Amino acid sequence: MQTDEKRVLGGKKRFLEIGCRVHRLIRAFFEGEGFLEVQTPLLTSAPAPEAHISPIAAGPSLFLSTSPELHMKRLLAAGFEKIFQITRAFRAGEQGRFHHPEFTILEWYRSGADYKDLQQDCQNLVRFTCRGLAPGSPLRFRGADLDFEGQWDRTTVRRAFKKFAGWDPGAQPDEDRFDPDMSLKVQENLGFPTPCILEDYPASLAALARIKPQDPEVAERFELFWAGVELANGFSELTDPREQRERFRAVIETKKRLEGMEYPMPEPFLESLEHLGPCAGIAFGVDRFVMLVSGAESIDDVVAF
Amino acid sequence: MASILTAGELRKGVKLEIDGEPYLIVDFEFTKPGKGQALYRCRLKNMITGIQFDRTYRSGDKFNSADLEEQEMQFLYSDGQNYHFMNMSNYEQIEMTGEAVGDASNFMSENLLVSVLLFQGRPIAITVPNFVELQIVSSAPGIKGDTASGATKPATLSTGHVIQVPLFVEEGEIVRIDTRSGQYVERVKG
Repeated sequence: MQTDEKRVLGGKKRFLEIGCRVHRLIRAFFEGEGFLEVQTPLLTSAPAPEAHISPIAAGPSLFLSTSPELHMKRLLAAGFEKIFQITRAFRAGEQGRFHHPEFTILEWYRSGADYKDLQQDCQNLVRFTCRGLAPGSPLRFRGADLDFEGQWDRTTVRRAFKKFAGWDPGAQPDEDRFDPDMSLKVQENLGFPTPCILEDYPASLAALARIKPQDPEVAERFELFWAGVELANGFSELTDPREQRERFRAVIETKKRLEGMEYPMPEPFLESLEHLGPCAGIAFGVDRFVMLVSGAESIDDVVAF
Repeated sequence: MASILTAGELRKGVKLEIDGEPYLIVDFEFTKPGKGQALYRCRLKNMITGIQFDRTYRSGDKFNSADLEEQEMQFLYSDGQNYHFMNMSNYEQIEMTGEAVGDASNFMSENLLVSVLLFQGRPIAITVPNFVELQIVSSAPGIKGDTASGATKPATLSTGHVIQVPLFVEEGEIVRIDTRSGQYVERVKG
């Protein structure tokens, strides 16, 4: 038993070392950009209502945080302008090659910014980190070459779906069709060899993003893909408390119907939105990024336990 | 006994009942867009026919686990078409087709204890012990004392199956065989 554990953990040493360097480089990047590193609670009574994310209960009326998003935005509303954190997020039932129920998430927020600024941040962060790792040989992941210096690819959800799935999702696609096609047809074509920014999600899939003023069919939301791996999800934040409450209410209703679970409305967050100016924020999967730059086969390789 | 499984419980190695047949998940992948629905991609193998195919399931899908159990049984005899066993837990006799018994018949002598896999009480597969002892019923004459050359010759077992044995092994002798590789291990003193 003991020798078995020694062998397993010893086999992860290289991945854990790269992971440690990635963490340090991320912190150095945000320090250079003048960001404040913050910490927000891992225990919360009201996680952000999300249709397809299940929180893990941690006691009566208490959950493990599924993302630090709501607390980060409360800090922004209180006047903090550039904040980031690297923390753990917990999501029930998510386990697979690219999923772990307890994973490392990087989030950063900029007041007065929109999703285009975050796209630039992504490019700067990934290049800074990859250069800092100074890989001795070209990066490869599951047989594909990775290039972080070249021109990054950019496409809209609408264009990518027409090209790879053969249909136009419009403003309100059938989610039972959209999600599987995203997983099985679209995503695996994105981000070769440079990362790809997939932007302008259908308005019905806006989550906590604001609707694009020039094109109300889409939301100012984007995701970052590299070698077919979903790495980050960012948006120009929705700051209208009434619209946000409506969206939360719809999700809470759906979850009550489907899961028989009634989640509370995150009132302190909704209250803080009254004071939140234009801003943008993004979540970035650190474990998956470590997988990409280390060539790991599974997320289990880059976490010790 | 069969139980209800949710999509979230699917894993490699899980056995399901689909359209009345038992399936083994031989490959499994979980995919999920961060804010989207989860998909459970499975490669399924029919445990009776061996045929494989891919299926993708979603959250909310429910399954019956395959009602499988293993029972220790004694091999009684073969009537040329079917194989007859006695269930050691209730002394009931069952029979299996040669097709269902498969290659296990190469290593089954009468009275051998085997493990029979039952699906809804119906025998579908058989596992023989890792090592069995069987008599050589015909082989070319042995070369006494040749224990070093490493050369082999074909020898027919009492089951009719032919294996390779060292030159010194004689007709009528009992040998030990590894049923996983089908290879000769050693002579057994009578």
